[in-house]
Amino acid sequence: MQRVKVLVTLKPSLLDAQGKVVQDGLHALGYDNVESVRIGKVVELNLTDGTVNVQEQVREMCQRFLANTVIENYDIEVLN
Amino acid sequence: MSRTPRFGVLRFPGSNCDQDAYHVIKDILNCDVNYLWHAEPDLKGSDVIVVPGGFSYGDYLRCGAVARFAPVMEEVRKHADRGGIVVGICNGFQILCEAHMLPGALVRNSNCKFICRHVKVRVENSNTPFTAQYSKGFVAKLPIAHGEGCYVADEEILAELESSQRVIFRYTSSSNNDDDGNPNGSLNNIAGICNEGRNVLGMMPHPERACNPLLGSADGLPLFNSLVLAKQAAGR
Repeated sequence: MQRVKVLVTLKPSLLDAQGKVVQDGLHALGYDNVESVRIGKVVELNLTDGTVNVQEQVREMCQRFLANTVIENYDIEVLN
Repeated sequence: MSRTPRFGVLRFPGSNCDQDAYHVIKDILNCDVNYLWHAEPDLKGSDVIVVPGGFSYGDYLRCGAVARFAPVMEEVRKHADRGGIVVGICNGFQILCEAHMLPGALVRNSNCKFICRHVKVRVENSNTPFTAQYSKGFVAKLPIAHGEGCYVADEEILAELESSQRVIFRYTSSSNNDDDGNPNGSLNNIAGICNEGRNVLGMMPHPERACNPLLGSADGLPLFNSLVLAKQAAGR
């Protein structure tokens, strides 16, 4: 089994409304040094052994489905 | 006897405005209408396709992201490519953006809240098959009900939408202050746009819930009447 972790985040140019609310919450708890918070999604994929071109295939999955590249960036981490 | 055009209302698991749209088309417009099940690639001869509101496939991953791949959507795309009329309302708008049939995307409301209330939207362009029965500048009272209705697109696309008069509906207030009337943070106060071919409309407000004064407003009805007249004119 090959494990891949995909991190999907809103593009920096877009207001992350959830992140802003969480930032306000952290400030309310006294963490005044928090300058910004961005919230994303983690997608964990388990691929069958012997899958070739893992990076390339997962990039295609991101482009077609896992991320909306109009508003999101993605990061692929192949774990083993 | 039913009038033309023939409407098709898409149904995904999680659609919840399909019956409202069906009711308006059948009982108020007196037109032919069929439900179109997401798994069947068949538009049943529909002239006008309505992609209704709701939470298709639970809106998992992103709103509209899964619905975009439904078998029926390939047929909807072909219909639009032929110049056929498609109207996406609320979740339908999100689906059409995910399917790249409309530019941009809809993200979480800027106040992070699900907003369910009537808003004011101005008809910015009445020279479309969707709005011919409105006068330009008419301010309609329509309900919204969404958590992810904040329209975003890059500057180039926004400029293109504006210069080609493809912003069809814009949020405004009773004192005509668009920024004050914007409920969700949408760029340029956009409530609804159409594609380049002017045959695909996406909008966050719900015209199908505003077709009877008993429900608080009938300002959505001219949109449906426009569709009927556009199709009848095209068929002559």
